[in-house]
Amino acid sequence: MTDQSYNFAYLDEQTKRMIRRAILKGVAVPGYQVPFASREMPMPYGWGTGGVQVTAACLVPEDVLKVIDQGADDTTNAVSIRKFFQRTAGVATTEATAEATVIQTRHRIPEQALTAGQILVYQVPIPEPLRFLEPRETETRKMHSLEEYGLMHVKLYEDIARHGSIATAYAYPVRVEGRYVMDPSPIPKFDNPKLSDSPALQLFGAGREQRIYALPPFTRVVSLDFDDHPFDPSKAPHDCDLCGAAESYLDEVITDDAGSRMFVCSDTDFCRSRREAGHVGRLGETAGGGA
Amino acid sequence: MYVAVKGGERAIDNAHAFLAEERRGDPAVAELSTAQIREQLRLSVNRVMAEGSLYDPDLAALAIKQARGDLIEAVFLLRAYRTTLPRFGASRPVETARMACTRRISATFKDAPGGQILGPTFDYTHRLLDFKLAAEGALPPAAPTAPVPTSDLPHITGFLNRDGLIQSETAYDDIPPDLTREPMELPASRALRLQALTRGDEGFILSLAYSTQRGYGRTHAFVGELRIGTVAVEMDIPELGFAVEIGEVELTECETVNQFAGSKTEPPQFTRGYGLTFGQTERKAIAMSLVDRALRWKELGEDDSGAPAQDEEFVLMHADNVQATGFLEHIKLPHYVDFQSELELIRKLRAEALTAIGAARQEAAE
Amino acid sequence: MTHDALTGGFSDAPTQSARAFRAILDALSRPGTIVTVTGATPPAPLSQAAGLVLLTLADGTTPVHLAGAADTPAVRDWITFHTGAPLVAAAQATFALGTWDALAPHDRFAIGTPEYPDRAATLIVELPSLSSRGPQLSGPGIRDRATLSLPETAAFKANHALFPLGFDCILTAGNRLAGLPRSTKVESA
Repeated sequence: MTDQSYNFAYLDEQTKRMIRRAILKGVAVPGYQVPFASREMPMPYGWGTGGVQVTAACLVPEDVLKVIDQGADDTTNAVSIRKFFQRTAGVATTEATAEATVIQTRHRIPEQALTAGQILVYQVPIPEPLRFLEPRETETRKMHSLEEYGLMHVKLYEDIARHGSIATAYAYPVRVEGRYVMDPSPIPKFDNPKLSDSPALQLFGAGREQRIYALPPFTRVVSLDFDDHPFDPSKAPHDCDLCGAAESYLDEVITDDAGSRMFVCSDTDFCRSRREAGHVGRLGETAGGGA
Repeated sequence: MYVAVKGGERAIDNAHAFLAEERRGDPAVAELSTAQIREQLRLSVNRVMAEGSLYDPDLAALAIKQARGDLIEAVFLLRAYRTTLPRFGASRPVETARMACTRRISATFKDAPGGQILGPTFDYTHRLLDFKLAAEGALPPAAPTAPVPTSDLPHITGFLNRDGLIQSETAYDDIPPDLTREPMELPASRALRLQALTRGDEGFILSLAYSTQRGYGRTHAFVGELRIGTVAVEMDIPELGFAVEIGEVELTECETVNQFAGSKTEPPQFTRGYGLTFGQTERKAIAMSLVDRALRWKELGEDDSGAPAQDEEFVLMHADNVQATGFLEHIKLPHYVDFQSELELIRKLRAEALTAIGAARQEAAE
Repeated sequence: MTHDALTGGFSDAPTQSARAFRAILDALSRPGTIVTVTGATPPAPLSQAAGLVLLTLADGTTPVHLAGAADTPAVRDWITFHTGAPLVAAAQATFALGTWDALAPHDRFAIGTPEYPDRAATLIVELPSLSSRGPQLSGPGIRDRATLSLPETAAFKANHALFPLGFDCILTAGNRLAGLPRSTKVESA
């Protein structure tokens, strides 16, 4: 039931208009971070206030909302955000990726390919890909305007010199349509290829840092690399122990005091639907059999 | 057998119930009323109003009660509420020269028209725990009263200004920016900086100010004047064609007199720093005026000594305790996915490095 | 102020503006897509779609420029009453509304700055009709190729050449609209 003491989707209309204008400019200039007057939300900065504001500005009553954190629908912060929108927008919710019209995510892109008409909203902590190389906003803004991305390549190259390969495993920087270097939020680099040419609209919201950016559908997104060190979207060399999936991103779980480990899909909906379809992993039979 | 963790929703509900119970504490002890907080923990209420950017002692008291006395959490509650309020308009600038002062001191002149008023200050109390306060019930003896000054109290810096000894500020009628409605843009105007400082974390502003006193961007500040009291808030009502008083607020205002600037063509003049905060919050107001002054180095033709308090972007981007707390504490949220990606990477890099070291050793042995 | 100025707005702003925004978002993020919208009844000569865009996106913080025949007392009153947007000259406009010819010369609108390309105008271009017959479009939001009945190609080519600067367009006709952001490459069919 919608809470009548707040406006539809919590935000007042003026705030939504401001956010909507920022989203449209973000769509018009893919990968460019549009400043917006992020509001103080009733949840802490760093816990998805940017994503929540973008979702709130996009939702219509007919939407079906899915919220995931680390790929899972039932992690505490995902539960909390889903509940917020159930209460303030009264929208239907789902755990099934295919049924959702809007998906708010933290740190993952769902395994199942997204479709036209879906919107994926990312929660972003630090939207500036150059931030850890140059902490000043006044400087990084200039670097983006001049397309001066040498510093980023130097950093990646130094990684190679020191470690033999690029030492960035998540929030791996990308170049959008050959123009802006963009932070894809802290998704594992395994997810990076899904950013490019997606039929879905991807929106990124950073509340504390007051930035919104976007990837329209079918936008070309390239992970930065070198000819002799091509981008490698690797993941743990295991199959899911519950559903047997070989190509999904895995959580590592420590199962006993001796340090035994198992690997399970981080995308809980993907894993569940595979198991329902009869797929069984190394330890899945026992789990499914209820022994 | 492994069962994936479920039941996040129930865990959250239970945690909230536990929190409510802890907030109340021992039910054998009488419940604290918000009126008690408002009246007896007034300096907490003032700080929450100042950093919450909302002047409402009752709501601030409620926020403090709800936050179990965690003042940053209370600031957050007040801010989140403030965001939802409709804007009816803006008041006229408040006239602090017409402040009904409960406290007014100057460190630069022994006496001045209007006199020095110590007011309700801790300044000369001996910091000895007063065990009598532990026993409840006794009312303090009434404090002696003085007649309320009938005329305006002129600003001390005004006397310096009259002789041209202090740089004068140019008045302007532009509508000041509002960082709660527009994204922060750097470099910032002084008005925007002052807004960020007045709602900034007291501890952060205090430490920055202290650092300037110890030499990191020193400005030789004297408290020209510190005044605390109530001022009328007036608003223009277009339908009426004149301004009406809509209420009054308690403010602390601090003006510092700082080291002079000057050149071959300009005779030396003192410079100013300014602090203005809600309520009796004098530590914050003084600290704010020092940081304001340090940030003015460019406009006053001083050198950038690289001090933190001179660094506008550093100060403005890190002064907000609600932002800082949120981002700091978010690292306790699940990060399995990014951690896992690092875990895989470090295993891979170690394996490669160990192979390389092994090969080198073998080569050396051969 | 005419009586008509008071009517033709949203009856339930939160949900109507949300649906309208999604339609506009869909159009701008998928150039070439034509969407049908409802919810606004602005005074002539404004189309329903153009009126809806203003109701959804304009307010006291977004100056609006009315070009040519769109600049009538009735339209001014309607915009002022429903959005509070100040009416301004072309160069100051966040939104500009008129027929393509009335909006000319098109280089008088804000195109953003290198550091803030978002500070660019959005043109609401009133067309007699809207169809998918016309110049070829490619770029972000478009799988391979799309086509759209644009009033010309040269000005859009020139605008795209400024990328990441440039204005963005929402094309309106009756109750239909389409989007043409600066990121779209336009070529004669």
